Amino acid sequence: MNIARNISEWTEAVRIAGEQLMLHKLRSLLTALGVIIGVWAVILMGTAIKGIDKGFNDSMDMIGDDILYIQRWPWSDVGDDWPKYVNRPIIEVEDANKINNWIDNHPESLLRIAAPTTETGGNVRRKNRDASQIYMWGSSADSSMMNTADLEYGRFFTVAEELSRAPVVVLGHDVADVLFPEGIDRAVGETISIKNHKFRVIGVMERQGSFLGMFSMDKQVSMPYTSMNKISQNKWGNSLRVQIVEGADPELAVDQLTGVYRTIRSLLPGEENDFEINRSEALEDQLGPMKTGLAIAGFGITGLALFVGAIGIANITFVSVKERTREIGTRRAIGARRQAILLQFLAESISICLMGGLIGILFAFGTKILLTKAAPTFPFTFSSDLIVIAFGLSVLVGILSGLAPAWQAARLDPANALRHE
Amino acid sequence: MEPVIAIRDLKKIYDLGATQVVALAGLNVDIYRNEYVAIMGPSGSGKSTLMNMIGCLDTPTSGQYHLAGESVDEMDDDELARIRNQEIGFIFQSFNLLPRTTILRNVELPLVYSGLSKNERIERAAAALEKVGLKDRMMHRSNELSGGQRQRVAIARALVNEPSILLADEPTGNLDSRTGQEIMALFEDLYQQGHTLLVVTHEDNIAEHARRSIRLMDGLISADEQIPHPEDIAAQ
Repeated sequence: MNIARNISEWTEAVRIAGEQLMLHKLRSLLTALGVIIGVWAVILMGTAIKGIDKGFNDSMDMIGDDILYIQRWPWSDVGDDWPKYVNRPIIEVEDANKINNWIDNHPESLLRIAAPTTETGGNVRRKNRDASQIYMWGSSADSSMMNTADLEYGRFFTVAEELSRAPVVVLGHDVADVLFPEGIDRAVGETISIKNHKFRVIGVMERQGSFLGMFSMDKQVSMPYTSMNKISQNKWGNSLRVQIVEGADPELAVDQLTGVYRTIRSLLPGEENDFEINRSEALEDQLGPMKTGLAIAGFGITGLALFVGAIGIANITFVSVKERTREIGTRRAIGARRQAILLQFLAESISICLMGGLIGILFAFGTKILLTKAAPTFPFTFSSDLIVIAFGLSVLVGILSGLAPAWQAARLDPANALRHE
Repeated sequence: MEPVIAIRDLKKIYDLGATQVVALAGLNVDIYRNEYVAIMGPSGSGKSTLMNMIGCLDTPTSGQYHLAGESVDEMDDDELARIRNQEIGFIFQSFNLLPRTTILRNVELPLVYSGLSKNERIERAAAALEKVGLKDRMMHRSNELSGGQRQRVAIARALVNEPSILLADEPTGNLDSRTGQEIMALFEDLYQQGHTLLVVTHEDNIAEHARRSIRLMDGLISADEQIPHPEDIAAQ
């Protein structure tokens, strides 16, 4: 009996709330404006932050998060310190072998394998077709062990090809698409030319997408670093990639590699490093301030909008209690408990907030579609947990703003309420 | 026979800070089942306060009140709500129906607060509306009705939970005299069917319909007399 009565009170409260919402459409909508803006802001903020994280993680998966890069420059902004870096000696590709030798003699080390990287850029031609602004990089046959992407057709180059400076090349997916419109499955075995040198296509990479939305991983070609000497003698961009052992602490691995490379460079104790060891976490640190900024802006707008919204809703609910004092008295006279009246007005404020939350979610969804059109590469992510958070916030604001007026309504003396004009 | 209303030494004193207003000064009264009582008295006599006490809308400062065998004077707010829901049918001067709401919904509202299932609510509301002759208007909205019809709906709402007493506060105060007479005729029918009626009024011609008249003065009963009706004698 008591349970039935409770259920009845709840359904009645929800029913009245729905009727009041339909009765005062414009008033409810205006009152809900704060909640609409608040929910909109919190969802967009969440979407942007999640997008940054997703984009970053996708990109890290592309290059592998277990790779250390020995380079002349750090990945962070050096500011006015550039003369220090520009004067550093170039990285010798042969150092990769020295590191590998050290690794072979130290089976317990945290380092797994090292490979050189040389790089240049330019056009890739085949007959009358031309792929321009292609990133080209040379490496050792060992480096195939570090690759995160697979080959769609063909194979990677071999140690023999590396040692014999064979003119062979593996094409990125976009490059193959441009050069082989008849179908990239025909590419393997064909000849292309790079800077007037003939190269034989031995493989085509699968599609990888872009790195941090800026740099396409599919607009590149790779070849043995020995073969690259034919098309570029520029050594400024040379670097070494060193993969760490699975599960090893990257910080310790960096320390170990620093020691190894200092020895190779014959640096004396106390002498400063003349090289840099970069890793992908360093990039993530640079994203931190951007994410913090977004979070502060999002929470600021949301907090303010919800606070103003809550005051507005509390106010309109007080008005509603005042307008319907006689109705409250009547309901009490025919048997409504205080709890029923409390629920009735709480349901009213919560329903206004839920409506606001729903509109806010729809607005955010629309904004996301517009933003995706404006910046197609940025992976805006609209996730269900954001919708749960948005609805949760709406209900919370509804309860907080409705509690005082609903309590006042429930505490009304029925006899006095009945006399109210 | 047990009285349905038994009031002993009921006092209600309003504390207004500087002064104390004695609204009820130790009132005693018994009302039995199937009585038809008019409660009269000038304003300030304690008439409204007594009505609120009988209707369980207010609690006494001291004294005892038994309604349908239950001691009401010590009940908490939730229990009073239950008593109002189960034992009392209120009829107000200005009807107090929910506007823009169907008649059916208005009549079933007390049953909502009893926790009855929807089917049972509709069955009982329809039966109550049949008693007041408005069953065919069930799905009309309350603001589409005339004053007399609205008061009939309110009476159906008061009847729907089969209460021990019907408590009417100036039930014809907002109606013209012809419609008022129709409502009083309906009250007469309900009385004949065995209901217990209490009508609070200041109009003698309304009070005349009752079988017993209680007059209040300064928070006490100044007169309590039977009103003879020729048709009752004829019926015997």
